[in-house]
Amino acid sequence: MWNTLKRWYHQLGSPRYFYRFADIVLPWLWPLALIVLAIGLVWGLAYAPVERYQGDSYRIIYLHVPASSGALMGYIAMGVAGLVCLVWRMKMAEVMLKALAPFGAVLAAVSLISGAIWGKPTWGTYWQWDARLTSMLILLFMYLGVMVLQSAIRDPRQAARAASLLALVGVINVVIVKYSVEWLNTLHQGATLNLFSESSINPAMKYPLLISMLGMWLLYAANVLMRARAEVLSRERRSGWVRKLVEGH
Amino acid sequence: MNGPWWATLRRELTLIWRSPADMVQPLFFFMVVVSLFPLGLSPKPELLALVAPGVVWVAALLAVMLSLDGLFRRDQESGALDQMLTAPVVSVLPVSAKLLAHWLLTGLPLALLAPLLGYMMQLPVPALATLTYSVLLGTPTLTVIGAIGAALTVGLNRGGILLALLILPLYVPVLVFGAGVVRAAVDGSPTQGLLAVLGALLALALSLGPLAVAMGLRISAGD
Repeated sequence: MWNTLKRWYHQLGSPRYFYRFADIVLPWLWPLALIVLAIGLVWGLAYAPVERYQGDSYRIIYLHVPASSGALMGYIAMGVAGLVCLVWRMKMAEVMLKALAPFGAVLAAVSLISGAIWGKPTWGTYWQWDARLTSMLILLFMYLGVMVLQSAIRDPRQAARAASLLALVGVINVVIVKYSVEWLNTLHQGATLNLFSESSINPAMKYPLLISMLGMWLLYAANVLMRARAEVLSRERRSGWVRKLVEGH
Repeated sequence: MNGPWWATLRRELTLIWRSPADMVQPLFFFMVVVSLFPLGLSPKPELLALVAPGVVWVAALLAVMLSLDGLFRRDQESGALDQMLTAPVVSVLPVSAKLLAHWLLTGLPLALLAPLLGYMMQLPVPALATLTYSVLLGTPTLTVIGAIGAALTVGLNRGGILLALLILPLYVPVLVFGAGVVRAAVDGSPTQGLLAVLGALLALALSLGPLAVAMGLRISAGD
């Protein structure tokens, strides 16, 4: 088991192997992600029961929570990629770091916008400097920071290493920001989903939520694989296998 | 008092001391920015006292950030930075000496000036001591975090605004606790707990920060 994992890790570390892998997986991953997301969203938006206090307005949770969790996980994944990149100087980790940022930033923005739309009917305001809203805003800024730094440095390897360091510092910062802004009064409802103990959400509402979260993560994965594949091609454009691929013989 | 650490510290202090403009500019900036607020908002004492903790802290934070933009640039242009990185000592040593020198001649004066500006912003006198402690504990953290950004952008010619985009989000916790502790002092609530958190952030920044700065410099040098 361990050896299989290790072999996988080393094989996917090779750009050429990764390209083949992405080429096989992507045509399946895209439709799968869209179907799962569609099932979760349609189930949640049309068939899940109405919430007692918030009425139908709560249904935006089926977009809001998947986007927020995706944005958060994406940044953590960027931190992990950054660590691998700085410690082992693995080329594919650099590629992944770059590929993870844009969709993560989009998800953070979607989370903020959907949260604002949800906030109006339930809290009576689009925006409040509440702990979670503020953390998500800072997370969006940090995604943008990583992207800006990466685009400012011309050499791709140097850009990736600089972004790695920033992403690592950023991961520590996300945690501290989250706890620091909790000193402000929190308006946001507590977490309703919990993997390890009883969730406070009704199962009829929970399953579509879990499915749409899964769909969003698959969509993120597909986007990352696609971006990484393009990045691999552009980085390896001088190597033999890419030439063969492009010239077609 | 003769090792590479002391030598770097002496060199840095001498360099900053001999170009006093670099040292005075952040202080001047701090004063100007704070004095814009009473003019822009309204000179009403109650209102000023309400916003003073945040205003003084944001101004101090921007002053530290602006002062950091040139932290490594001159050394890079003269080649001293490459010497520092290739020298047979761990690069954390000269980096930490450089950061200490920079803080002694910018952060420390900011902390000494803060109570005066706080007073002008109508902060109650008992809260002024807390303001000074918080700036004293907070600015070294700001210097260290900002130096990571300065190290990563040292080779880029549009450093200024990029540096702000990179490090201002990282300054949020220090700002929240720094302004928070002053607000607590104004309300008469206990402040030791929040000051201790600022101290904890400082300990974290001091233990990991210089390593990150040294690594950032190596990345920028294209190791």
